[in-house]
Amino acid sequence: MTNSKMNVEHPRSRPWNDPKVRTLAFQTIAIAAVFWFGWALFQNTLNNMESRGISTGFGFLDQSAGFGIIMSLIPYDATMSYGRTFWVGLLNTLLVSAMGVVTATVLGFIIGVARLSSNWVVSKLALVYVETIRNIPLLLQIFFWYFAVLRSLPSPRMSVDMGGLVFLNNRGLYLPDPIAEPGFGWVTAAAVIAITATVVMQRWAKKRQLKTGQLFPSFRVGLAVVVGLPLLAYLATGGPVSWEIPALQGFNFGGGITIIPELAALWVALSLYTASFIAEIVRSGILSVSHGQTEAAGALGLRSGLTLRLVVIPQAMRVIIPPLTSQYLNLVKNSSLATAIGYPDLVAVFMGTTLNQTGQAVEVVAITMAVYLTISLVISFFMNIYNRAVALQER
Amino acid sequence: MKKRTSLAAITALTGAMLASNAMAATTLESVKEKGHVQCGVTSGLPGFSQPDEKGSWTGIDVDTCRAVAAAVFGSGQSAEFTPLTAKERFTALQSGEIDVLTRNTTWTLTRDTSLGLNFTGVNYYDGQGFLVNKKLGVDMASQLDGATVCIQAGTTTELNLADYFRTKGMKFNPIVFDTSEQTVQGFAAGRCDMLTSDRSQLAALRSKLNDPSSAKILPETISKEPLGPVVRQGDDQWFNVVKWALFVQINAEELGITQANVDDMKKSDNPSIQRLLGTTGDMGEKLGLSADFGYNIIKQVGNYGEMYNRNVGPGTPLDLERGINALWTEGGIMYAPPVR
Repeated sequence: MTNSKMNVEHPRSRPWNDPKVRTLAFQTIAIAAVFWFGWALFQNTLNNMESRGISTGFGFLDQSAGFGIIMSLIPYDATMSYGRTFWVGLLNTLLVSAMGVVTATVLGFIIGVARLSSNWVVSKLALVYVETIRNIPLLLQIFFWYFAVLRSLPSPRMSVDMGGLVFLNNRGLYLPDPIAEPGFGWVTAAAVIAITATVVMQRWAKKRQLKTGQLFPSFRVGLAVVVGLPLLAYLATGGPVSWEIPALQGFNFGGGITIIPELAALWVALSLYTASFIAEIVRSGILSVSHGQTEAAGALGLRSGLTLRLVVIPQAMRVIIPPLTSQYLNLVKNSSLATAIGYPDLVAVFMGTTLNQTGQAVEVVAITMAVYLTISLVISFFMNIYNRAVALQER
Repeated sequence: MKKRTSLAAITALTGAMLASNAMAATTLESVKEKGHVQCGVTSGLPGFSQPDEKGSWTGIDVDTCRAVAAAVFGSGQSAEFTPLTAKERFTALQSGEIDVLTRNTTWTLTRDTSLGLNFTGVNYYDGQGFLVNKKLGVDMASQLDGATVCIQAGTTTELNLADYFRTKGMKFNPIVFDTSEQTVQGFAAGRCDMLTSDRSQLAALRSKLNDPSSAKILPETISKEPLGPVVRQGDDQWFNVVKWALFVQINAEELGITQANVDDMKKSDNPSIQRLLGTTGDMGEKLGLSADFGYNIIKQVGNYGEMYNRNVGPGTPLDLERGINALWTEGGIMYAPPVR
């Protein structure tokens, strides 16, 4: 009632005096201006390139590339297209990033915990590691690992021979390549069953613990199942795997799986470098959990290992995850330093050779930037989901 | 208030950008205005372009560009140099960062067309070769099946290598580095069995090894690599200036005009020499340059043969014979249209 009365007293306010309308109008104008700006940039670039006789468009992706790439996760040879070189480079980038993320996380957690160890030697060693590694530029570390490792390794003809199966020389690490033969499906099936069973068992053990308080050694049993069942299947089907063993052919080894030194050096450098940052993040996370929590756990009779695993780490995770995400993003972007030591990642292959041979800089750079953006956004997306899962539940 | 300011800023910025594109002067005008020619060169390749101990640039590519500066300004010192990697060079020229690219760049159809660039001529005829470690015991390129090759990114060499091995039905593993410096390091560290590059460079790169006698250059030449200056498309006047600066040097060698005798030659009765040095005719005017631009080039930089011998010829660290780079009158293929 009062409201309608007030409206009557103030005859219709003008729309441009209405704050809602004004906000909306300003926002629309701002967005329109941004879009117009982007469009003008795009058109301007196109016009300028046309007037200078530089060819544009994405047609080059179908042309034959004509150059070789040392390492590819998918079949590739010089007769394939420039588009194919994009995928080769992208997969190599993803490979080294994924390997780096895993090792950096594991190493970072170990060092971060070691840094807080009550053992003086252990904590000081961790301190020295962190302060040394994170204060030396990554590019120098990559060079160090690349050239230090290369120079200390023998030439292919004098390889380090490990049981006639594994060979190490300055061209890389050569491992036997397992080749699946008929019947291998049983082993795969056994592995899938074992993993499913372990997950089910873990849930059951947790439920039982909540109900009765009894512990079940689910980790040890799970490990036994996951390793044992496929092994049994492997033996039962008569070992349906043959091994392709690397052998010296001419200058180099052929056959088997090769880990090239460029990949190894980049992987080691990225892992060590990022681990030093992750260690500090882990330390800050653990320190953020109040000491009272540890004391309470001790009072309940939990051993220190269990206290760390069940009480401290879960609470530390909510502090750790957001900065950890940016370290992962950094690692992926840092992997583009690969080009300095000749590891064929996306930047080296696609933004390097392909860009140069085709001369289509604008297109190639745009694609490459879009790819890094996409990779980073995907990582952020999943880390945010995980973050929500471990975040403090406010009730 | 804040919103309005940022909007105004965006509009002003865009307006400025669009406007700045509308007025593009010719390259010759803009070069004259800034007072020097900006040349793109390598970041250090002996004989072609590298800074000497005093920090001034030397090399056959450097002199080729100094000749352009001499033609425009009358002084070879009016050239400034931008070191570029193989990957950066075309973008630097396209974007207008440099006026002319003299960076031992191979003339190919693709580069001449779809990059929006034009090659003005050839200042060195080269070909691709192999540098191998002596320990391998290899005498011919055909024995290189399965070899690992160190190579510089963004070069025609990368494509030639793949073509060569494919046509021979052989396999290879390319290790692609960003700079020639890293390529040599990779080779020295034993990462590769061989290094491939233009033959003129192999000797220079070998000299950078700790033990140069541990490597040798194979006899094969697997490609044609005509190296020359490059300019942007769409500016014919500048294209002509760069093209004729080199042609004048080649013609001068043919006519026997050298840096030492150029002043005496001015009194010559030979009409060809008179036209080239600008004592008669209006050759300079036709290019938009001063009448004595030819005289300035020879006085400042010398003729083609002098430029060659000073930088890469016998007695220099590269110690390269003239070979096909000799004048057409002396069994080579260096040949320039007449100044007439």
